[in-house]
Amino acid sequence: MAERSFAKEVQHLKIGAGETFRGEGILAITKALLENGVGYVAGYQGSPISHLMDVLADAQDILSDMGVHFEASASEATAAATLAASVHYPIRGAVTFKSTVGTNVASDALANLASGGVTGGALVIVGEDYGEGSSIMQERSHAFAMKSQIWLLDPRPNLPSMVKAVGDGFALSEASNSPVMLQLRIKSCHLLGEFEARENVRPSTTVKDALENPKRDVERIVLPPASYLHEQEKVTKRLPAAIEYIRANKLNEHFGPKQGKVGIICQGGHYNGVIRALQRLGLANMYGDCDVPLHVLNVTYPLLDDKIIAFAKDKDSLFVIEEGHPAYIEQNIRAILHKAGARCAVEGKGPLPEAGELTGQILLDGLSSYFSNAAPDLMPSVARAPNAPPQLKMPELADTVPARPPSFCIGCPERPIFAATKLVEEELGPHHIASDIGCHLFSINAPFDLGSTTMGYGLGPASASAFNDKSANRRSISFLGDGGFWHNGLTSSIGNAVFNENDGVIIIVDNYYSAATGGQDILSSRADNVSKSTQHPIKKAVEGMGVKWVRQIDRTYDVGKMQATLKEALETPETGPKVIIASSECMLNKQRREKPLAKNAVSEGKRMTRTRFGVDEDVCTGDHACIRLSGCPSLSLKTLDDPLRDDPVASIDQNCVGCGNCGEVADAAVLCPSFYQADLIQNPSKIDRTLSEWRTKIITKLQKRRDARRLVFSKDLS
Amino acid sequence: MSDIIKLAVLAVGGQGGGVLTNWIADLATRCDYAVQMTSVAGVAQRTGATIYYVEMAPKTDRQPVFALSPSPGDLDILIAAELMEAGRAVLRGFVTPDRTTLIASTHRILATSEKMVPGDGRAKDALVESEITKAALRSVCFDMDTLATNAGSMISASLFGGLARSGALPFETAQFEAVIEASGRGVAQSLAAFRAALNYEPTADTFVKKHNETVNGPKNLLSDWHALSDQVKNFPSDAQDMIKAGLQKTVDYQDIAYGKTYLSHLQTLSPELTQTAAKYIANAMCYDDILRVADLKTRASRQTRLRTEQDIPEGEIVHVTEYFHPRAEEICGTLPARLGAWIEARPKMFQLLDKLTNKGRRIRTDGIIGFGALWIVSALKPYRRQLLRHRYESAHLDRLLKITQQSASKDPQLAIEILACQRLIKGYSDTHLRGQSKFDKVLSVLDALEGREDAAEWIKRLRTAALEDEKGDALDGALATVRSFT
Repeated sequence: MAERSFAKEVQHLKIGAGETFRGEGILAITKALLENGVGYVAGYQGSPISHLMDVLADAQDILSDMGVHFEASASEATAAATLAASVHYPIRGAVTFKSTVGTNVASDALANLASGGVTGGALVIVGEDYGEGSSIMQERSHAFAMKSQIWLLDPRPNLPSMVKAVGDGFALSEASNSPVMLQLRIKSCHLLGEFEARENVRPSTTVKDALENPKRDVERIVLPPASYLHEQEKVTKRLPAAIEYIRANKLNEHFGPKQGKVGIICQGGHYNGVIRALQRLGLANMYGDCDVPLHVLNVTYPLLDDKIIAFAKDKDSLFVIEEGHPAYIEQNIRAILHKAGARCAVEGKGPLPEAGELTGQILLDGLSSYFSNAAPDLMPSVARAPNAPPQLKMPELADTVPARPPSFCIGCPERPIFAATKLVEEELGPHHIASDIGCHLFSINAPFDLGSTTMGYGLGPASASAFNDKSANRRSISFLGDGGFWHNGLTSSIGNAVFNENDGVIIIVDNYYSAATGGQDILSSRADNVSKSTQHPIKKAVEGMGVKWVRQIDRTYDVGKMQATLKEALETPETGPKVIIASSECMLNKQRREKPLAKNAVSEGKRMTRTRFGVDEDVCTGDHACIRLSGCPSLSLKTLDDPLRDDPVASIDQNCVGCGNCGEVADAAVLCPSFYQADLIQNPSKIDRTLSEWRTKIITKLQKRRDARRLVFSKDLS
Repeated sequence: MSDIIKLAVLAVGGQGGGVLTNWIADLATRCDYAVQMTSVAGVAQRTGATIYYVEMAPKTDRQPVFALSPSPGDLDILIAAELMEAGRAVLRGFVTPDRTTLIASTHRILATSEKMVPGDGRAKDALVESEITKAALRSVCFDMDTLATNAGSMISASLFGGLARSGALPFETAQFEAVIEASGRGVAQSLAAFRAALNYEPTADTFVKKHNETVNGPKNLLSDWHALSDQVKNFPSDAQDMIKAGLQKTVDYQDIAYGKTYLSHLQTLSPELTQTAAKYIANAMCYDDILRVADLKTRASRQTRLRTEQDIPEGEIVHVTEYFHPRAEEICGTLPARLGAWIEARPKMFQLLDKLTNKGRRIRTDGIIGFGALWIVSALKPYRRQLLRHRYESAHLDRLLKITQQSASKDPQLAIEILACQRLIKGYSDTHLRGQSKFDKVLSVLDALEGREDAAEWIKRLRTAALEDEKGDALDGALATVRSFT
């Protein structure tokens, strides 16, 4: 059901030692898990590791052939808790989700896991959704690793290094009895490259073995007095063991000359960016041979004090390249050197900005400014007097180019929900609207401009909790998606609203699966899934939770009905939460599934209807009210070849999928009669043909009759 | 380091930027280059601006260190799949005159912010086209989307052709084609689109298309029409084209007599106003009522246009459903003026009528009943002048003409700007009401502007403001300024 299928690609996961594996970062990680004898894998989808979950789901057969258990978890908390299987048993386990929101959700389980410690290697693969293209608040996973004593790997962003980090992570985890977090940055997940494969290895102990031979050790359970001991153990046993492993196996790397007046320490994930900046400054060649000592931290937590001290020795200054705020690594290095009484100066934030992504330009500027102060003699002439052309200033261009934020797809069933909300607000006035995570959050952008806050996945209605004043004559409206509902919304939002007798209106946007992350199945999915139990209606769950007022709308495109239902919810005297479940399938996925089927059916000669919408250009007056209530990408503008017209008219392009939203909106908002629906009958039946001939005959007759009595103007191209 | 070729693709989500980037990576691999490709998927796929990035270098026994994202001033090739994305690339510094080859399709995918403006909010294409070319070392810029569509393919194929055409990559055309051939799906169409961009001749369609108007009908009407259209020659020559268009519109809308009325209205205005008046008086006379919609929707020409627009092949069957939602206002407007006004004056009657009629109606105009119903409504045309709506619209036109004439003697430019305010009135039902109220608001300041030299300038400003947003916030702001004059 997922948006992208990796069915073909996952076959490469079977290749053996010596062969070259070519593919995306996420596929490489999956291969690495198999090569390292993983026993179980779990996770929760979310950019940038959504596709890792899709890869794993598509690789299920391969995994189970190897005796590896895979599951798509209900949430990141579930995924993290799954690692409990490695607490008592020597099974290697890996879970994956996005950071930092996933890490936040998983924090309870992660902290408990880290407290008791593990026996089998426990790897948390976090997709770092940070920087350009990210869709979440910008925070660092680093803090998480430090507070719970989870070791943090940040490998160089190339496939061999990333694959190696998986193996290192498991081994480090086992050597130190601690979970390990493997940080994969957004672009490395989708990086296409290659590496030399090794043989896949079956897990030495499987979950089956463990189930049949249960073990328990009360010292590993997080309850006093054991929990006090865990805290001590982390510092006295596990940390030294981790440090010893990192040192012995040289997980961090050194590049460039051994000696130098200055040196650079960077996070592994930024190695390529740093090399690129050095290349541009003339201090490195295309293979990464550089003129400055470069210490690369593939393990960013913990740091090895003696290694840092040794690197700083004989140097006048160090430049720490670290992304984001706070600068934990820089602070750590300063503390290490200060304690050791080292004289070496430390630079970091200063030449680099306090916060924000370390883009190519920022690294170039940062390194350039660092070198010109700390080691001007090092700078080759190119770097000192760059022959760059002056940046063109184009103020007019800047004023002209419009912003293009992401929005609902063509035919998206969520658009009519917000059109209806906008219409209701036009009638009843503005309301407090609490938004949630998911595609439906695009409602905050034009043309809908609806929604005030977003507090977390499944927390839309929860974030309207305070707005529960019986004497107020207006109710709050909150949204959450089906993904968010099953993730956390059922209890945190719906249960909470029932328990606290919140009178607000809750709209659950149900598009048949977790659409925003790529169409992964969830409990209420309508599709049958061979390995999952689906078809559990949201309505039943909501009613089971105690909601009395529930309305199910099975075709969101019915804007009039949406509008009437929302209005009723806002006005009914009924107390307690009013829940509207607005269901229609995600059009992106529906088209992906149905288009080829329809094409086949047509070529097989079956009677099919192809629906598209159109705008009568001579009826449209060019006010664009329809666009302000729709925003469909296929509803655009065109200029008419008519000197009497000033403004462009609405026009629907060939990408229309015939969802009907524009026509419904025109009807519900009483806009104009320009919209029409055109159903092309493919492979018509005999009845179709006869009827059509009849109709055409009569219609043509009527048209001719009228045309005979009036002037008919027409335009011919000369 | 100069041996690394750096290439970025800027596209709008859903355009197939990933396909193109994969082709480029395949091409480089086939030509024995080490290549790395990165992209940012996820929400960016949903119609937002997206970036794909490729680096490549000749293969050796050592692996080059490639960066994961493009840097300003450090790109050899920039491919933009849409004109404004090319503009964005330039603004972000990804196109620099010292080294960047720009390959851009100049077609537009309008942003929501451009489309939702009640007037014309579209960005200026010409400005962007000239600026992006200035910013690049070399550029290959033309509409590659149309080329792809004509070839039955996607823009990724024609952009790939544009890339081959630019010569910015050290690979032969045959190698490009081999990549497409190996891709396996829609190969023939992709190759056609690829070659269309590769061999595109920029001069092909620059001549201006001219329309030849033809008119058919019964003899008596034709001779009346020719007599009437001959009168256009009596008007100022620069306004004649517009008058011809207006005359045709009014006659087509109603009848020959209506066209005569149109010309007589124009005659009451001084010659310097004629051009503007020709446009707006025609528009004011041809208001959008149910009769007009029914007429337009039942024409043979409409069927032909619909079939072209919807790609319905000759002989195929198409079912057409119209989305109508008439309210009591529209029904009353279509009644004889006295009856309609009588109902409107009685709120209870009016509400009852509204209750009976105000709902969405789906009408099948390919069917006998649906078509027949509209045909009958359109057959009421000869009685239009007796309907209530005509009474309202005539009053509006009279007012427009009166105000225009009053101003014309003192300030002809002001009169022209007043006429142009007819542009504000458009749409149906609420939209029409809102337009009418904006029109009234703009003209309400005429007293305050009395005697001011910049009165015309102010009316123009107010009108422009009125077209900026739906609710009229910009207009209200501007109005407040004008009112502060007195």
